[in-house]
Amino acid sequence: MKLIFEKSKPGRRAGSLPTYDLPKADVPEGLARRHAPRLPEISEPELVRHFTALADRNFGVDTGFYPLGSCTMKHNPRVNERVVNLPGFRDLHPLQEEEASQGALELMWRLQEILAEVCGLHAVSLQPAAGSQGELTGLMLMRAYFADRGEAEQRRVVITADTAHGTNPASVAMAGFELQKVETDERGNLDLDDLRAKVDGRTAGLMLTNPSTLGLFDEHIEEVSEIFHDAGALLYYDGANLNAVCGISRPGDMGFDIVHINLHKTFSQPHGGGGPGGGPIAVREILEPFLPVPAVVREGDAFRLDYDRPQTIGKVRGFCGPFGVFVRSYAFIRAYGPALREMSEAAVLNANYLLARLRDVYDLPYDRLCMHEFVLSARNLKRDHGINALDVAKRLMDHGFHPPTIYFPLVVPEALMIEPTETEAKETLDEFVDAMRAIAEEAASDPQALKDAPQSRPVRRLDEVKAAKRAIVKYGFEEHPDQEPDRPEGGAVEAQKSA
Amino acid sequence: MSHLSLTGADRDAMLAAVGVATVDELFRDIPDGVRFRRDLALEPALAEQEIVAHLTELAKRNVDTGKELSFLGAGIYDHYVPAVVDAVLSRGEFLTAYTPYQPEMSQGVLQAIFEFQTVICELTGMDVSNASGYDGTTVAADACFVAKHVTGRDKVVLCETLSPQVRQVVKTYAPGFGLDVVEVAHRGGVTDPDELRSVSAEAACVIFQQPSFFGCLEPARDLAAAAADAGALPIAHVDPVSLGVLEAPGAYGCALAVGEGQGAGNYISYGGPHYGFLAARSDYVRRMPGRIVGETTDLNGDRGYVLTLQTREQHIRREKATSNITTNQTLLALAGLVHLSWLGPQGLRELGETCMSLGEYAKERLGLPLVFPEQATFKEFAVRVGRSAKDVVRDARELGVHPGYALGRDYAGLDDALLVAVTEKRTPADIDRLAEVLAEVAG
Repeated sequence: MKLIFEKSKPGRRAGSLPTYDLPKADVPEGLARRHAPRLPEISEPELVRHFTALADRNFGVDTGFYPLGSCTMKHNPRVNERVVNLPGFRDLHPLQEEEASQGALELMWRLQEILAEVCGLHAVSLQPAAGSQGELTGLMLMRAYFADRGEAEQRRVVITADTAHGTNPASVAMAGFELQKVETDERGNLDLDDLRAKVDGRTAGLMLTNPSTLGLFDEHIEEVSEIFHDAGALLYYDGANLNAVCGISRPGDMGFDIVHINLHKTFSQPHGGGGPGGGPIAVREILEPFLPVPAVVREGDAFRLDYDRPQTIGKVRGFCGPFGVFVRSYAFIRAYGPALREMSEAAVLNANYLLARLRDVYDLPYDRLCMHEFVLSARNLKRDHGINALDVAKRLMDHGFHPPTIYFPLVVPEALMIEPTETEAKETLDEFVDAMRAIAEEAASDPQALKDAPQSRPVRRLDEVKAAKRAIVKYGFEEHPDQEPDRPEGGAVEAQKSA
Repeated sequence: MSHLSLTGADRDAMLAAVGVATVDELFRDIPDGVRFRRDLALEPALAEQEIVAHLTELAKRNVDTGKELSFLGAGIYDHYVPAVVDAVLSRGEFLTAYTPYQPEMSQGVLQAIFEFQTVICELTGMDVSNASGYDGTTVAADACFVAKHVTGRDKVVLCETLSPQVRQVVKTYAPGFGLDVVEVAHRGGVTDPDELRSVSAEAACVIFQQPSFFGCLEPARDLAAAAADAGALPIAHVDPVSLGVLEAPGAYGCALAVGEGQGAGNYISYGGPHYGFLAARSDYVRRMPGRIVGETTDLNGDRGYVLTLQTREQHIRREKATSNITTNQTLLALAGLVHLSWLGPQGLRELGETCMSLGEYAKERLGLPLVFPEQATFKEFAVRVGRSAKDVVRDARELGVHPGYALGRDYAGLDDALLVAVTEKRTPADIDRLAEVLAEVAG
């Protein structure tokens, strides 16, 4: 399919602007644009067709089943889109006076209260823009907390599990802590002996996902919490898997001191092909003084922004955070009320049902009931037929399904991490089971069909090595290398410098 | 619950397949001590129409730009969002997709990001752009992290004319990065290149904003040269809406360009979600934070797009990654792409010219002393209102006009200064009304 730049034709345009009868203001010498940016020149009908064609080449949860593990691809209720577009929210300036933003402030305050209750913790900041920024913010809180206690120099180490999302170690590094890893035992729990050996006076805290990325609830979470708290350290809860436990078990009750919540997973902010998200953090009372400013507080019947927090870590994002995300998540939760537990129950039932129906055809590395997701391994297919997790994933596309997460967590070879979410119907789950079983049979009968998959998508398998090697990361206009086949590969970015 | 699809019969059949009698049994691995045994203390469930009614009631308690003539800017601007943006963003294939980990399922969003990256490179004069950052504040912090690794230095210089929000966020990130932050005072609304040069010795980077937080046009070329003289990476924080009329950062010597994308394609939405962008010269591509989409071919040799250069990223490199970012702001960046494509090069230039003309008209009509009379401005300018600007805002709002941002909140000595933003949505008649109101309430 053509790029929008390849559809461009000088003299075409879609947009019209008002013309006011005013003199032209000049940009001073040396600051004025000399060469116009080569934006597309395209009419509105062509523009709409272009993006419609792109939409047709994309797959969302609206299109079909999307069991991408750890991503919680549930249905996004459409009423949330209606309310986020109310002019009182959509057209409200973030620097509008507090008395003229009472509805927005009240909504944020209400969402904070809800998240505190769901997490079993004391105070919430909605400011972080995504889960990974919530992690970073949480680690900044840890540092501020220990600095306040005069232990900043001493407590330098943050421990993560070998099953952790890649964001955990990356956040640890960005926050200036040292990383230490702890092993998982044969039941998928943290290895308590390994943990006891590693936690000491240098430990600032633990970052843990519970249920883990294996979809397993840590059976020793109380002991884990005790080990850290006895050593004077803190526990951080990566809320990526909170969809399993809303109203079932609360991170605060498990012993966690800081939690981030992924509003785009658990609370149905549509993920938009990569964002936006929301990563609020909930904390225990001892950490509240360090939360980002401004805090949204209630005083009688009024709500205001409180900047007077002398011990705050500062700001991690502009204004109060991704407000539109708050509107959608608040609306989503209000549709459930106290029955939010039923959301997690259905998510866990759906996952266990899929697991029960697939466990005899794929390897199951940890034989337990799962929570909202589970991890299978295609190593049996690899061993017997040379078929790997990637082949299974690509063949699923031909059955009309988005593949699960693959090759993660790293502790499971040929991992297939499957998360159905609560919103799927049994019929859909059954169709997915049929597809997964058919693929396992095909691995034996016609392995080449799997290697050749997908056949039904707009493109065949793509060469990722070539992409990284060529590093063509923008349209080259007249200098595009595909129009100059002799150009040596590898220096494409440099070659386009003058483009 | 209407979001769920299981019937009672489904549930029974599924429990039987799992081999448990009740849903509760599915949770038997959770230790008793941490099971939550009461109902969540949340307000009762609402039906869909009740949700709409409740949120409509909350929304009504906000004074939006449809209810009040507003000249607020200070980083977030009330530009017109064309209808095609809403139409494209409502497509479920974009709205409800995850990050494009499986490229064959995601060619639409991958190609759109590739086009977005191209547009950002064209606007900024850079070689490579990422797929977006959270907003205009965090991309500045990201840029500091790039500069630290490129230069091996551990100091960053921020011009005081850089948005206070941006500076606050950089300062919050800096300790974790092992960076010290130094600020350079403004001289008459802009930064002095000689002063900048001396402060930038041993600095990893310098970030200045063009146009500045005050709307003033910085001597961008001289600032970039001053930073480069000191061996620091010059970084411009730019407004995409200005880049049809203002020079591209790449053309005046910047190593990186970052910015808040909101003005291109996003509603003001009480500050978010919006998108930030980060673009760089090709030398820094392997240090870039965030997703990058690259072109490749499929088995048949046909062109396609994938997430690329992933060895920079957290899911591969873990603690050695260039950033921890995973979720970004793709949908908002898509809105930016659609808006900028709708405008085209001619439209973007006209938009910039219109904002500037309206700004000059407003300066003249208001007739109030300019705080920085020596400086040319874009879209926004500061005036003295003769008494507390905060009080002037309050009194003007009584008359139905929000006249702008009181600068005293962020800058000492500017308690009587008001920052007035004029986008293409404010007509000359609107400006006349502002002049009338300020004539009444200014000191």
